Amino acid sequence: MASVSFRDATRIYPGGTKPAVDKLNLEVKDGEFLVLVGPSGCGKSTSLRMLAGLEEVNGGGIFIGEREVTDVPPKDRDIAMVFQNYALYPHMTVAENMGFALKIAGVSKEERAERVLDAAKLLDLEPYLNRKPKALSGGQRQRVAMGRAIVRKPQVFLMDEPLSNLDAKLRVQTRTQIASLQRRLGVTTVYVTHDQVEAMTMGDRVAVLKDGLLQQVDTPRKLYDRPLNVFVAGFIGSPAMNLVQLEIVDGGVKFGDAVLPISKDILSKATGSRVTVGIRPEKLTVSEHGLEVEVDVVEELGSDGFLYGRAQLDGAEQNVVIRVHAIDHPMAGDKIHLTASDSEAVHLFDVESGLRLN
Amino acid sequence: MSSQLNITAATAEPALLDLPWHLPLEDWPKENIAALPKGLSRHTVRFAHLSDHVVAIKETLFDLAKREYDMLRKLEKLDIPCVEAFAIINNRTDENDEELPAVLITRHLKFSLPYRAMWSQGLREQTAKRLVDALALLLVRLHLVGFFWGDVSLSNTLFRRDAGKFAAYLVDAETGQLYDSRLSNGQRENDLEIARINIAGELMDLLASGKAVEIDPGKISQRIVDKYHELWKELTETQTILASERWRISRRVQQLNDLGFDIEELTMDQSPDGATVRIQPKVVDAGHHARRLILLTGLDVEENQARRLLNDIDEYRLSHARTGADEEVLAHEWLSDVFEPVIRAVPMQYTGKLEPAEIFHEILEHRWYASENAGRDVPMVDAVRSYVLEVLSNRPDEEALLGGMQTTEAIMLADPVPSGLIVVSEDDEEGDWRDKV
Repeated sequence: MASVSFRDATRIYPGGTKPAVDKLNLEVKDGEFLVLVGPSGCGKSTSLRMLAGLEEVNGGGIFIGEREVTDVPPKDRDIAMVFQNYALYPHMTVAENMGFALKIAGVSKEERAERVLDAAKLLDLEPYLNRKPKALSGGQRQRVAMGRAIVRKPQVFLMDEPLSNLDAKLRVQTRTQIASLQRRLGVTTVYVTHDQVEAMTMGDRVAVLKDGLLQQVDTPRKLYDRPLNVFVAGFIGSPAMNLVQLEIVDGGVKFGDAVLPISKDILSKATGSRVTVGIRPEKLTVSEHGLEVEVDVVEELGSDGFLYGRAQLDGAEQNVVIRVHAIDHPMAGDKIHLTASDSEAVHLFDVESGLRLN
Repeated sequence: MSSQLNITAATAEPALLDLPWHLPLEDWPKENIAALPKGLSRHTVRFAHLSDHVVAIKETLFDLAKREYDMLRKLEKLDIPCVEAFAIINNRTDENDEELPAVLITRHLKFSLPYRAMWSQGLREQTAKRLVDALALLLVRLHLVGFFWGDVSLSNTLFRRDAGKFAAYLVDAETGQLYDSRLSNGQRENDLEIARINIAGELMDLLASGKAVEIDPGKISQRIVDKYHELWKELTETQTILASERWRISRRVQQLNDLGFDIEELTMDQSPDGATVRIQPKVVDAGHHARRLILLTGLDVEENQARRLLNDIDEYRLSHARTGADEEVLAHEWLSDVFEPVIRAVPMQYTGKLEPAEIFHEILEHRWYASENAGRDVPMVDAVRSYVLEVLSNRPDEEALLGGMQTTEAIMLADPVPSGLIVVSEDDEEGDWRDKV
């Protein structure tokens, strides 16, 4: 097992003017599950492919443990791309399916049996070693395929949107399985997805990328609670954080007919007379005063609900989402006033740079 | 219900609507299904009759079907041998209005064989090697156009006979990516590594099934790596030659032509002192002989078949040379006086066994052996007669290989995890698993 580091790693496609990945600096700790997430074109898959050796590195370097692998061919990097291919061979036993690649690699029979058994134990497949894949359930077959990668004892697992070809229900099921298996194996894993929910539920840490630039890398909790810029604030969380530009006034920012109190020290860091204020849907509460919102849609989810509405800000309409109590909540068509539930609820960003102020 | 069906198709085919789209592919009635052997697949794949041809139908997610459909059409435009994308169907529902997966439909490639169908002939080392050689050439061609396959395997390839060798066609483009720029060495090496492991697994599986004999999976799977590198080097290598050895330039071109490739461009740089010249061929197109044969005769055949037919045309030209008759005239004469009569002599009921060009190739072989045995030149008429009687009549139909072949099961990995007991299949192994690992 090993750590992984990207050091100023840069990829510029031939003919491209802007780097697809721009001076990426990222340390993945030994045994860590790191998720790369971002919208399409953000550079997440390119970064993974650079680590896999599939993409040329035009600047900087990539290290697995202490070893620089920037120019090492993929098969000599001691990494395994998981789920790239999960064909199982119907006439071979589970044990053979898991171990055949070791056989052609010249690993001894004893060693093969030992590694297959170790992997089977981890994957709860020991009782099935002598069976043919046909006799297994879908989930077990998937684990056999995983076993093929595990017996190779790679230093790092790489996964590029491995769930994208599954339907929604199975995706949720499988992501839990992968995450728990990774914890049991303790093998450093880099995982790419465009789905922030997947990223937040699976990763020890999540690296958010946009336009080839690393925006923030942190634990899911910290990304959610303290996004470092407007992009991360809007990208992480579902439904997304409400982000509005508000006027700085005495004692804070103007929020409808009320003022959200914010200290002078913080507001003095802002460029211009306005700031971007972010409040998550669960941190808005209905009150006497505050931002006026007209409720359009009520989404009842059983345990709670969401109101989707519109506020008028400087003559422009702004969508607002609020999480509410499952039963006791305003109805569509109602006009309500909203305020932040507490001072911790308010995220402040500079209008120009988009960087966090508080 | 069929009224909600959404069909995207390359050609209008009303018969598409008659297929039972309201049923999961697994449950389609026998009369719709064509029993063709197929490779291993993680999706449900079945063959169905549609008007007068056969199509392959794959159940998958709509996005994936769309992506693969577009990819296959792009590859087709790039002149890559691959299956023809035919249609995508989505918005399928069953009788209870439950959603069914989208399907991707491709046309079945006539006279093509999946590697597992070579079982019937007992897959031997020689055949396996030829399959791998064909796959290596296909992979080189794909890489030259910037296509990273991601799942290179015998299962994802179909093979057509090609004058004793094979021509490979890409079947599954699901994992593929087409890049504008050249593929990196890492991407090419990765495809090769995937190919090596997959081929080894596929051959080990054939051995385990008892259908293959005398095969060394490790050796044959390594062959794709070696063959690929050999070809890649020939096609792309920059060569430095002495200025006094300029004949080497035409020899390089000849070598590439012999391999079946045409050159679009040849870059030549002279060294400052003028002593050496560096040459590098650029973007080479496969199908050199096939294209030449089309120009001369209009026959559209595989590369090695074309090579064979061109040789026969050359022999004909030598023995029929006369003033005023150029290559084209004589090639047309050969077509009407040699090729067509031979093919017409094959009884109707045997025309589904092999493609005409392959039949012609086999007859030439047959005639050669017959002549050797007889110690004299056996006339073509006699050679055709004995070939049909002794060889062709005993061969299986390969136009759309139907029945008699064990179809391989589809392995679906996208099944939900069951909560109940696991059914143990009857053919489970006895004894210690360690013996087989």
